[in-house]
Amino acid sequence: MIIDIKRRARMGALATIASALALSACATTGSSGDTASASAKSDDKAFAATPAGEPVFASTYKPFPNIATALTGATVYDGKGGKIENGTVFFSGGKIVAVGGPDTPIPADIAVFDGTGKFVTPGIIDIHSHLGDYPSPGVQAHSDGNEATAPTTPEVWAEHSVWPQDPGFSRALANGGVTALQILPGSANLMGGRSVTLKNVPARTVQGMKFPGAPYSMKMACGENPKRVYGSKGRMPSTRMGNLAVNRETWLGAIDYANDPKAKRDLGKETLVGVLKGEILIQNHCYRADEMALVLDMAKEMGYKVAAFHHAVEAYKIGDLLRENDVCSAIWADWYGFKMESYDGILENAAFLQREGACVVIHSDDQNDIQRLNQEAAKAQAAGLRLGMDIPDATVIQWLTFNAAKAMGIDKMTGSLEVGKMADVVLWNGDPLSVYSRPEKVWIDGALMFDAMNPKIRPVSDFELGQPGEGDVK
Amino acid sequence: MKRLLALAVSALALSAPALAQDVTITNAKVVIGDGSAPIEGGTVVVRGGSVVYAGPASGAPAGGTAVDAGGAWVTPGLFATVTTLGLADVSAVDESNDITARETPFSAALDASTSINPTSQHILVHKAAGITRAATAMMPAGSIFAGQGAIIDLDGDATPVMQARAFQMINLGEAGADRAGGSRPAAHALLRAALREAQALSGKTGIPETTEIGKADEVLLSRFDAEALVPVVTGKQKLYVAVDRMADIRAVLALKTEYPRLDLVLVGATEGWLVARDIAAAGVPVIANGLNDLPETFEQLGATQSNAGRMAAAGVKVAINADTLQNPRRLQQVAGNLVALTRMPGASGMDWGKAFAAISSVPADISGMGGKAGVLKAGALGDVVLWTGDPLEVGSVPTRVFIGGVEQDLTNHQTRLRDRYIDLDESDRPKAYDW
Repeated sequence: MIIDIKRRARMGALATIASALALSACATTGSSGDTASASAKSDDKAFAATPAGEPVFASTYKPFPNIATALTGATVYDGKGGKIENGTVFFSGGKIVAVGGPDTPIPADIAVFDGTGKFVTPGIIDIHSHLGDYPSPGVQAHSDGNEATAPTTPEVWAEHSVWPQDPGFSRALANGGVTALQILPGSANLMGGRSVTLKNVPARTVQGMKFPGAPYSMKMACGENPKRVYGSKGRMPSTRMGNLAVNRETWLGAIDYANDPKAKRDLGKETLVGVLKGEILIQNHCYRADEMALVLDMAKEMGYKVAAFHHAVEAYKIGDLLRENDVCSAIWADWYGFKMESYDGILENAAFLQREGACVVIHSDDQNDIQRLNQEAAKAQAAGLRLGMDIPDATVIQWLTFNAAKAMGIDKMTGSLEVGKMADVVLWNGDPLSVYSRPEKVWIDGALMFDAMNPKIRPVSDFELGQPGEGDVK
Repeated sequence: MKRLLALAVSALALSAPALAQDVTITNAKVVIGDGSAPIEGGTVVVRGGSVVYAGPASGAPAGGTAVDAGGAWVTPGLFATVTTLGLADVSAVDESNDITARETPFSAALDASTSINPTSQHILVHKAAGITRAATAMMPAGSIFAGQGAIIDLDGDATPVMQARAFQMINLGEAGADRAGGSRPAAHALLRAALREAQALSGKTGIPETTEIGKADEVLLSRFDAEALVPVVTGKQKLYVAVDRMADIRAVLALKTEYPRLDLVLVGATEGWLVARDIAAAGVPVIANGLNDLPETFEQLGATQSNAGRMAAAGVKVAINADTLQNPRRLQQVAGNLVALTRMPGASGMDWGKAFAAISSVPADISGMGGKAGVLKAGALGDVVLWTGDPLEVGSVPTRVFIGGVEQDLTNHQTRLRDRYIDLDESDRPKAYDW
């Protein structure tokens, strides 16, 4: 969807001056770099990059100091379909220690919040975000989400575009209770590059946000966007059959690479081989049912697995097939009709998938909707109820917590309130499936990162300092 | 059974337009739409296409078809502004899209009422979401002037346009600057030049003696456009001005000193809360972006969800802008969120009644339909909606919709897909035979 956003490039006199400055800054840096490498050459060492497969750009995130905390008397949704009335959630050392009823033992000398009339869920997880890659302000200089210069760019990594100062992260935390999110490249390309999974914590660097131990995913895209972007440049693909052909040729190249021990390192193929090995997951933008079915067969042909279809507005037409292939559908509740491949969007998509026993994930793809994933899920639930399909609230919460974590490969660490898991927790001031409720407190790895009751426990990005409304409720 | 139901629905869709019914809806939780609190056990009476009574059961006149609402919420139809309903089938399919016209030499003269498609799926879908009337407009593309918007109904009959050329819309922010040639001064100069041309034409007949305003090969304002601006400069047609930045809002309010007859409406006004008292003092209503809280552009640095609530508290007449929503059926969700804000420390929102009014009577009033639409009062149009639940709660949808006293068929492309895919059973024949 993000590819559809029209951005305005306005090059006035000021912009020209800025460009000139930027160029001269580069030149200066370049010359000092040359000096450094010249001195390195004087040593008699062989040059070598860190070998493929070893961690690079590693996470530097460490949980922030936290105190043992218990939430009592609340309605608790555990993220895996469980519900506890008058429940207790106790976490300490950044981990969930106990989840249970009112008689759950908690130590005497810890912070206790009375959750009477309130609700507790795992931290909300958005499987589809472009925060940081298409940050606010959305000026051309910040347009870093689509490397739309070749139809397959598996070599690019979304984390190298993430601007940690995007104010959107704080809105997702404070208004949406989002504690983890996957940043994906855009959908201009058939293969857009690697995603990055982030903890929704403010940091000076993207490494300071990277979710420790989260696997990479690779973004793929079906349908209109790749064929439009490249067809309009007079190159392949310009059709849906072209989309599949370019994909299959690319996979064959990756298989050859994987089988050739002498092959020269290739960043793109390293990503593709990671997919073939099952180490890197596939997140596939795909609206139409018939195209999803083709992708599933391509995946079988080439020997990889699709973790989730994103924007799958027609998933309801093939819920059986998606269940059989164990693929999640990451969907909106009510987007429809803005492009041809979204024409058949219906409110019952999630409910019909649930009916078939297929995996449902509610996603945003949007800096505003990420603040209200709970409300989107509630809309989808209500559509089912009108047809007599009573999907329990606790199951609906699973759509934006555990199911998202599962499709991102982080479900062993977060996504549910289970003993030993990360204490990513939201205390809501009411039923999270009601429009009238908001997060009151949000903990990430047991550290209180947002508190609606304390104006200072609210992140303000560098960009917002000294601007109108700095530190406002937003 | 399913097949039988589907046939019945199709038969309804094919039948001739129904006449307005006389209806008395009782046992309802009645929302007047004027900002007041809901009335439990209320009654709504519609006769001859108009509301004749809405209020407590005790004062209601008798007569008409009786409808027991069973305690359900009953409200006026929602009024959506600013929308593009009826102007496109699929916005990204250019051939189906009449929202923008980048290549035309015309701008202010463009008239949305010439191309409203009353059976557009967007109209049918939004009718089923409880929207019964809308202000619909083109979006500026080749010029700061978007052209003239229309007030429409959503009943799908042959006459969707209630008021053609109800307002002119322009952009005087970043987008307008771009379209005027690259700067805000360029946009303001074009506006003033255009208004001066229109003033010169005011009250005159015959062939106008104005000059085209052009740039290279591009016509920024033709004589035909200047003529279309005569009702703007004389205050007979409202001028909707899309701006977000505090300074841009001030610049718009200042236009009143130069052109005192302008009937201004602000659209967007993301930073309106910073100048709320000035807006209130000028008596200019605002069609506000409801929940925008990100500095998505440099003209929205002060964005906060509390914008609408703060402006309303300062005395500004605030309606919610449908234009920035994913689709206008989210108006109820935005209003519900404004209510949610009243529970958040430091935030400003609206109480339930005022939030509902911001998507019903207030936008109707701004659109020149005060007392006629978005409200259940004697003399208003018979637009009545019965809901599955609290109409501001996500997931609530209409169960029955009356427009001008005529009960509406709520079938559309989406409901037909829903009915077909209620199961995936193709054991007899493919799904294509299931209709």
